[in-house]
Amino acid sequence: MATLSAGNVSAAVRRDWLVGYAMVAPVVLGALAFVVLPLGMVVWYSLHEWNVLANTFTFVGAENYGRMASDDGLADALLASLWFSIGLVVLNIVLALLLAVLLNQRLPGTTTFRTFFFSPVVVSLVAWTIVWSFLLQADGGINGFLAVLGVDGPNWLRHETTAMIAVIIVQVFKNVGLNMILFLAALQGVPEELQEAARLDGAGAWRRFRSITLPLISPTILLVSIITIVGSLEVFAQIDVLTGGGPGNSTTVLVYYLYQQAFRFNEFGYASAIAVLLFVIVLVLTLLQWQSRKRWVFHEV
Amino acid sequence: MSAQHTPPSPRLRAAVAAAATSSLLVLTACGGGTDAPVGEPEAPSEPVDLRMTVWTADEAQLELFQSIADDYVAENPELVSSVTFETIPFEDYTTSLTTQLAGGNAPDLAWIFESNAPEFVASGALVDLRPLLESTDGYALDDIVPSALGLWEDAEGLYAYPFSTSPFAMFVNTDQIAAADQTDPAELVASGEWTFDAARDIAAATAEDSGKQGLVVRDFDYQTWENLATVWSGWAAAPWSEDGTQCTFTEPAMVEAMTWIHDAAFEDGAMPGPGTTADFFAGDAAMTITQISRASALDGSFDWDVVPLPAGPAGKQNVVGQAGIGVFAAGEHPDVAADFLAHFTDPENAEQLAAYFPPPRASLLNAETLADANPSLTAEQLQAVVVEGVEDAVTKPAHKNFAQLSETVRAELDALWTEDADVEAVLTDTCSTITPLLEE
Repeated sequence: MATLSAGNVSAAVRRDWLVGYAMVAPVVLGALAFVVLPLGMVVWYSLHEWNVLANTFTFVGAENYGRMASDDGLADALLASLWFSIGLVVLNIVLALLLAVLLNQRLPGTTTFRTFFFSPVVVSLVAWTIVWSFLLQADGGINGFLAVLGVDGPNWLRHETTAMIAVIIVQVFKNVGLNMILFLAALQGVPEELQEAARLDGAGAWRRFRSITLPLISPTILLVSIITIVGSLEVFAQIDVLTGGGPGNSTTVLVYYLYQQAFRFNEFGYASAIAVLLFVIVLVLTLLQWQSRKRWVFHEV
Repeated sequence: MSAQHTPPSPRLRAAVAAAATSSLLVLTACGGGTDAPVGEPEAPSEPVDLRMTVWTADEAQLELFQSIADDYVAENPELVSSVTFETIPFEDYTTSLTTQLAGGNAPDLAWIFESNAPEFVASGALVDLRPLLESTDGYALDDIVPSALGLWEDAEGLYAYPFSTSPFAMFVNTDQIAAADQTDPAELVASGEWTFDAARDIAAATAEDSGKQGLVVRDFDYQTWENLATVWSGWAAAPWSEDGTQCTFTEPAMVEAMTWIHDAAFEDGAMPGPGTTADFFAGDAAMTITQISRASALDGSFDWDVVPLPAGPAGKQNVVGQAGIGVFAAGEHPDVAADFLAHFTDPENAEQLAAYFPPPRASLLNAETLADANPSLTAEQLQAVVVEGVEDAVTKPAHKNFAQLSETVRAELDALWTEDADVEAVLTDTCSTITPLLEE
């Protein structure tokens, strides 16, 4: 195509181009209007001090970015996000893989269990979280259950560590079903003859899992870890409903901090700068995983 | 999976920048807010549609507003073609309001929470209503109790009308209290022994007897700490100095009051602990501190009474919750909106509004007027709780930096709501964290 210049293109080819452009136009225009433009505007806002009440919008250059360096609240939020992401990603992927392996058997009832574990994915996030907030109360269902076992449960949402554990677990149970389905699909693509050959060679179950199954599903592990990490950095509703960022600011993750700055403190400029920071973090993490795939993702070698 | 974005061409980038800039110009152009006073409206080229944001979703209340508005539209067809009342849920009210402002879609009029009052008044977002209200015939601005206006004034200007000045009071479940063989709080009020300590003891004993909760400071929930002002005011305590520059959480009165609250929850079993919800109106608690307007939530499933707030060591201090109506400078027709506000809150309509919102007008603050509006309360209750309840009352804490303060104090006080908390140390920490915010 590149060798064609406008001069020697026939009318028919041109018409083809036109049709092609017309076909992609809705998608491209949509992406421009709803993805690229808002992104550009956020960057633009982040260079301003924007006081909504006083209706002032002043250019301050990189001041909002300079402010980040000395903002203890932001450092705490980054730390909280880090803990949340580590906890969520590790728990979610391990649990999803475990469930997928367990449910990848031809036994009666596996379909029921698959449905059972997948159903939270289709439940409204806020409704799910509100139900959990009742369960997690000091005299709620979980502590009631623990009391039956003779365990005196903590007041989950009122201690810094247990509150973080609680929001992680609520999020894991909500989304583990989706990852489980992705893993299941991948597991069913692992050829039975490879397993059988390994078994004949005397490989045990663990050895077969490590040397055959894991490499063959590694593209799915990459996919699942990318979406889970991105999702974990963008958690908001659970925090808002369950803890409101507390106790103290132990569960004030980055997105919740951003929300507070923008919509509670009316610091739209600074919040935009934090949004840019979040975008860069997600981008860098995703690129890192994408680059590292050559080392451990089977099909990419 | 590869979310590949092709880098935008230079032309594209220019277009995006242009689009972003132009939308900003639109945003900034439709603002241009000034706090210049508004006067008599000039008739706009065609009648305008006014919009007022409110946080009530009560149909009877909205119906009343609409009927007052319809009268205004009928009287002023050349000014206004319609008035809409837009309900925004209570929890997200201020957030949604500022988002509308940020989006260049300011309402013409809005209800404003007392805690946000200094922020809104100081920002210049609202227009000065005083000249218009003073010059409106029959408005009788001087009928409004001066203490009700304090929060909404800045130097000479008046930036909102405090349409609701609702005293806090103690609702008691007399069924539960009698079942626990405790003294009826009304008797203690009569004998002058109605103190926070007495209330705590009754609450603790009743909770033990009923297996439910004792005293609930409504809407506090270990989050919205400013509602504790209804308690600590009895100790003459306050979170910061009157001018808002000094932290006073560490003053002895506040330490004592917070210790009392902490112990009532964690030692005496008189207040529900964190993470326990108890709704007085559903019969879950023996007593609750809340605003008198909540009386409508009582359905007669148990016997109840309403008494004034108990006295603390510093005596009895009345506390009121306020809400104002302001006119946004960024609205399209602030002058028409202000003229509508003058109609909406004139003496005649204020009397109608008194059905739901205790009015700030001295002429309406009497048990007879209020009794018509509150059939569930007796004249004695109204006299004791409402009419006397607004005298020398303080409001809940407010500050021009309130949003940040509220969040920061909430985070600091979380350390207080554990069994073995060191009250004084937590309050000292709180002060050192919020002092920079107060000085801003």
